[in-house]
Amino acid sequence: MKDKPTVLYDVPGPRARRRNVLWSVLFLIGLAAVVWWVAASLADKNQLAWAKWAPFFTDARVWETYILPALKNTVIAAALSMVIALPLGAFLGILRLSDHIVVRSVAGSVVEFFRAIPVLILMLFADAAYSEFTDISPDNRPLYAVVTGLVLYNASVLAEVVRAGILALPTGQTDAAKAIGMRKGQIMTHVLLPQAVTAMLPALVSQLVVIVKDTALGGAMLGFSELLASVRPMSANYGANTIACFTVVAVIFIALNFALTTFASRLERRLRRGKKTTGAVVGVEAVEELAAPGEHPDTRRGPSG
Amino acid sequence: MFDFLQGYDLLGAFWVTVQLTVYSAIGSLVWGTLLAAMRVSPVPLMRGFGTAYVNIVRNIPLTVIIVFTSLGLFQTLGVSLGAERFTTINFRLAVLGLTAYTSAFVCEALRSGINTVPLGQVEAARAIGLSFPQVLRLIVLPQAFRSVVAPLANVLIALTKNTTVAATIGVAEAALLMREMIENEAQLLLISAIFAVGFLCLTLPTGLLLGWVAKKVAVKR
Repeated sequence: MKDKPTVLYDVPGPRARRRNVLWSVLFLIGLAAVVWWVAASLADKNQLAWAKWAPFFTDARVWETYILPALKNTVIAAALSMVIALPLGAFLGILRLSDHIVVRSVAGSVVEFFRAIPVLILMLFADAAYSEFTDISPDNRPLYAVVTGLVLYNASVLAEVVRAGILALPTGQTDAAKAIGMRKGQIMTHVLLPQAVTAMLPALVSQLVVIVKDTALGGAMLGFSELLASVRPMSANYGANTIACFTVVAVIFIALNFALTTFASRLERRLRRGKKTTGAVVGVEAVEELAAPGEHPDTRRGPSG
Repeated sequence: MFDFLQGYDLLGAFWVTVQLTVYSAIGSLVWGTLLAAMRVSPVPLMRGFGTAYVNIVRNIPLTVIIVFTSLGLFQTLGVSLGAERFTTINFRLAVLGLTAYTSAFVCEALRSGINTVPLGQVEAARAIGLSFPQVLRLIVLPQAFRSVVAPLANVLIALTKNTTVAATIGVAEAALLMREMIENEAQLLLISAIFAVGFLCLTLPTGLLLGWVAKKVAVKR
């Protein structure tokens, strides 16, 4: 970004560079003031004491008893949700591209409905429904409820991703398949889907970030013992080190999600560069748009044209 | 059939949801615009700060942020944001958390809006002798604002849904009332349907209206 011209300003000359240095210094002073204030208020409540942070570095039991099992639950819930939501979403997405208006509109309503409702509402419903209508043991129920809520929401988002992936392919693919006499189902399973899956890989990975983040809801509301839920017992056992616990949990989440995000954008760049594919990509940026309810201008093209 | 609704302040709960949305939307629009300004500024240090903020905040679950405002900020550090009553404190903390989280997404939406303006537009503007403020006022910002309506609408809808997370620190909004009602009444399907419809009424019109506006003002390229 350094000396590339941007829309907003020219490549800085000597005077602009001096001004930039001045701004940098002012900004640094402001930032230092904020950091100092935060550190002072932490120290004031005795949260910076080494005893509060030491367990995470010197005591393996913190990791063995609290963090790693909790992280395992987070990962299990996220992975399960993705694995179940993906085929469901692909199915819904294909139905949305059907030639029959009834099928199309029913699938469309389902997708619109679940995208417009908060995940937490879906989780609360699933939790209560499992306790009322099934005999899943109360120990397992939080996991079931979290996964169900996430699957319902993410299947509808992934349906849009799949649809966008299929629509992003050049129409020549469908035309060529028709020309050699393939049927509609064959075109979908043999030509469009395999290419669409490649095209939407970046979007899938970045949706995984959303799923990982939403598992924390289960910890806070349903008693699912994931990473966030481990903060309370940890800080109770290690001398009220709430700030330290939150920092460690946040850092783990950031590291995990940052790795996923970086992987997704690498994948996207690779696909866009690639010579073997059609170059069709449902990118990381598109996911946010596809996750919101409503028609999306870029994806309104019909199934065959 | 709807007798059990008596004794529950359904409208009041959804009103709190709306209030959370509006206050956080205003807050994150302000802070998000500042962040976006930093992210596109010529000063490398500010750019670095903006990028770091967005990358960190976007990768933390909102739930962690909201629970932290209560357990960390309020109960450990004693930050009460000038409020005395418990409900007011939690409401303000929730708005703070939602604002901190949503502004990262506002920042990205605004930045992508600025990035949609082709470089040639600015080069042409400079070529006919417009000064920098003129370029910004007449060429860049009008085009950037127009392309930003749709992504900002998506952020607003996501924010509306995210306000339910405030239930984790006991703000009396829709999701918390839903949990309470499910525990007390044997009307699971009906209760869930009511809350689902409530959220549909909040999110769908927002999406339709702003989607229409976005299409109306979009720059055809």
